[in-house]
Amino acid sequence: MSLSRKDLTGLIDVSKDEILTILETAEKFKEINQREIKKVPTLKGKTIVNLFFEPSTRTRTSFEIAGKRLSADTINFTASASSTTKGETLIDTVKNIESMGVDMFVVRHYYSGSVKFIAENTRAHVINAGDGTNEHPTQSLLDLFTIKEKKGRLEGLNVAIIGDITHSRVARSNAWAMKKLGINLKLYGPNTMIPKDYEPFGCTVCSSIDEAVEDCDVIMMLRIQLERQGIALLPSLKEYSKLFGLNKDRLKKAKKDAIIMHPGPINRGVELPSLLADCEQSVILDQVENGVAVRMAVIYLLTIQNANQKLEA
Amino acid sequence: MSILLKNCNIVNFDKTINGDIFIEGDKISQVGKLDIKMAEVIDCSGKIVVPGLIDMHVHFRDPGLEYKEDIETGSKAAVAGGVTTCLPMANTKPVNDNSYITTYMIDKAKKVGLIDIYPVGAITKGLDGNELAEIGEMRSAGAIAFSDDGKPVMNSEVMRRAAEYIKGLDGIILSHSEDKDLAGKGVINDGKISTITGLKGIPAEAEEIIIARDILISKLTGAHFHFCHVSTKGSVDLIRYGKSLGLNITAEAAPHHFSLTEDELLSYDTNFKMNPPLRTREDVEAIKNAIKDGTIDCIATDHAPHHRDEKFVEFDLAAFGIIGLQTLVPLTLELVRQNIFDINHFVKVTSYNPSRILKLNDRGEIAPGKLADLAIIDMDKEYIFDENLNRSKSSNTPFLNKKLKGINCITIKSGKIVYQL
Ligand SMILES: [Zn+2]
Repeated sequence: MSLSRKDLTGLIDVSKDEILTILETAEKFKEINQREIKKVPTLKGKTIVNLFFEPSTRTRTSFEIAGKRLSADTINFTASASSTTKGETLIDTVKNIESMGVDMFVVRHYYSGSVKFIAENTRAHVINAGDGTNEHPTQSLLDLFTIKEKKGRLEGLNVAIIGDITHSRVARSNAWAMKKLGINLKLYGPNTMIPKDYEPFGCTVCSSIDEAVEDCDVIMMLRIQLERQGIALLPSLKEYSKLFGLNKDRLKKAKKDAIIMHPGPINRGVELPSLLADCEQSVILDQVENGVAVRMAVIYLLTIQNANQKLEA
Repeated sequence: MSILLKNCNIVNFDKTINGDIFIEGDKISQVGKLDIKMAEVIDCSGKIVVPGLIDMHVHFRDPGLEYKEDIETGSKAAVAGGVTTCLPMANTKPVNDNSYITTYMIDKAKKVGLIDIYPVGAITKGLDGNELAEIGEMRSAGAIAFSDDGKPVMNSEVMRRAAEYIKGLDGIILSHSEDKDLAGKGVINDGKISTITGLKGIPAEAEEIIIARDILISKLTGAHFHFCHVSTKGSVDLIRYGKSLGLNITAEAAPHHFSLTEDELLSYDTNFKMNPPLRTREDVEAIKNAIKDGTIDCIATDHAPHHRDEKFVEFDLAAFGIIGLQTLVPLTLELVRQNIFDINHFVKVTSYNPSRILKLNDRGEIAPGKLADLAIIDMDKEYIFDENLNRSKSSNTPFLNKKLKGINCITIKSGKIVYQL
C-alpha cells in the first residue's frame, strides 16, 4: 500500500480510496503503539522537520512522536515571525532547511494556502499540519479513524460539526473527506461563523443546535474564539455557551450512543461543559491517542511511495 | 516629417473606412484615397488602424517605487500595447498630492517622449482620506483627474468637499470604490471560492456600497464621478440607475474583470490576486454586457506592476494587482470575437470615450486635424505573450507565457513612430 503523491496538503484533492488506505494503515500502527516497544525501524535515516510558524504544542508533539516511532530523525523548527521579517522569505527559509538534507516537512502556518505554496517549492515531502483557515488534514483523518473505531463504519453516519465553521480548518478538511465517504454532515454555528456561500461543503447547514444534534452518531464541537483578526464575531462567550454550546438536554436529541468529539484544546464551559467533556460518550482523548497512529500512517505512506519509485528507477 | 499610411482599414468609433492616412508633423492632415509622394510610407494592409488607446488607470510607480516600474518602462509597455495616453495614479512615493510631483511626472514622460501622461492627483494629502490635497495647483500643473486610488475616501464629508472643489476646477473624481471596513483583510471574492480555499473574502457589496454612496455624492454636488475598475453585477446595476437619473457619472472596467473568474483562485496563484478581486461568472457576464450597452464607458487596465518578491510569498501577504498594458488589446479583441460588440465599439471604449471623459478632444479619433496618435493592429495574429514581448519592468500577470490573439504592431504618437513589433 502506498500513496501516489508527494504531499498531503489537504483532503480536498484526496480520493476516498486514499483516505481508506491511510485509515487501514493507521490501524496497524495503532497496534504497534500498544506494544511494549513502540518503535519500528522503517524510516531510519530519514529526516523530518516540524516547521511550525504558528505555535501548537499538541499537534507538533503528536507529529514528533509519530516520526520518532518510525525511527526518523525529527527536528523542531519553530519559526517565530522574526525569521520572515528579517527579509528572508518563506521559501528562503524552506530552501535553507531543505539544503540540510531534509526528507519531509510537517508545516503549520498562519496563512491559508501557504503549505501548498511550500510543497510546490520544495523537493521534500510536505504534510499540512494546519494552514490558516484552510485545512488540517491529519486532524480530520484522526477524527475519521476514531469515528470508525467507535462506530465500526463511516458510511451513512450522521455527524454534526458545531462552532466557527468559517475559520475552522478542521471543519473544512472534515467536510471534504466526509462528503467522499458518504457521511451525512450537518454544520451549525452563529451566522457570523458560517460562510455566506456554504454550498461547496455539500452538506446541511442547520438553523438550530437541536436540529444539528438530532439523530446524530457523532457531535464534534469546535473551539471558539471571540474574535478573528480584530473583528468581534460574538457578543460574549457566556452567550455563546447558552445559545450554541452543547449541554445534557441537547445531547438527548442525539442517538443514545452518540460520541462527543473535540479537536482541542477545549474551552471548558464554553462549547462543552466539563460534565460532557469528561463523560462516557466523550472520545476526546481517543482522538489524541489515534492522532499518533494516523500521523505515522501518513508519514509512512508518503515516504514509502518514494522508496518504491527509487527501486523502479 | 510626414508619414503616409497606405491601404488602411481605418476604424473609428462610428465607422470603418478603407483608405490612407497622411500625417504631417504631429497631426493627421488627410484621410482618404491619397496619392502623395515625398513621405515615409507604411503599408497597413491586413491590419486595422485605430486611434491610439487611452488608458485612464495605470500605476507607473514613479517616483519612489522604481523597482517595480518607472515612467520610461511604463511608457514602453504602453506603446507596445498601442496605448498613447495614460493616467498614472497618485500612489507613488511620495504621493502625487502636490504640483511638484505632478510636474516631475509630466516632465519625465516628455523626456522619455513616447506617450502623453496626465498624472492623477491625490484627493487627500498622503492619501490619508482626511485633508484635501492641493488639487487646484495640481490641476494647473496638468492633472485632469483626482483619486486616492488604492484607497477609498471613506469619510463621506471629505468626499463631498472634494467633489465640490474638483467640480469647480472642471476636474474628475476617479472613485476607487471600496468600503475598507467591509473589505477588511479580504484577499479574494467573498463567495464559493473563499469558502473552499479558506482565503478571506471581500464581498461584492464592499464595492457597491461606495459606488452607491458616490452616485449620491454626485447627485448632491453635481461633480463628475468616474468609477474605477467596476467588477460586480451590483455595481453595474447601480451605475445604470445613476445614469438613468441623468447624473454626471462614468465608469471603467479592467480586462481581467471580464476575462477571468474567481475560479482561478483555487490555485492560490498570487498572479490572480487583485483588488477588486476576480468575481463570479455572473459578474463577468454583467461587465461584458455593461461595456456593450454603454453603462461602462471605457476599458482601463489598472496596470499594477509588482516585483517578483512581492508576489512570490504567502497569498495573504502578496501584493494586489497585475500588469495589463500589453494585454489590453488581445483581451478586449476577445470580446469582439465573442460578438459582444464590434470593432467600432472597441475603438469607442478604448479611445474615443476616454478622450471625451477627459475632454481631450484632440485625440480619440482618426480625422484631419487630430493628433496623429495611432495603433496599427493585427487582429488575427496568435502568439505567446512572453518575456521577449513584455516591456514592463515587472512580470506579474497570469497571461505571461499564455497564448493570445491580436497584437499591436506599430504605434505612432504625435506623428512619430514610437513602437514597432
Ligand atoms: Zn483602485
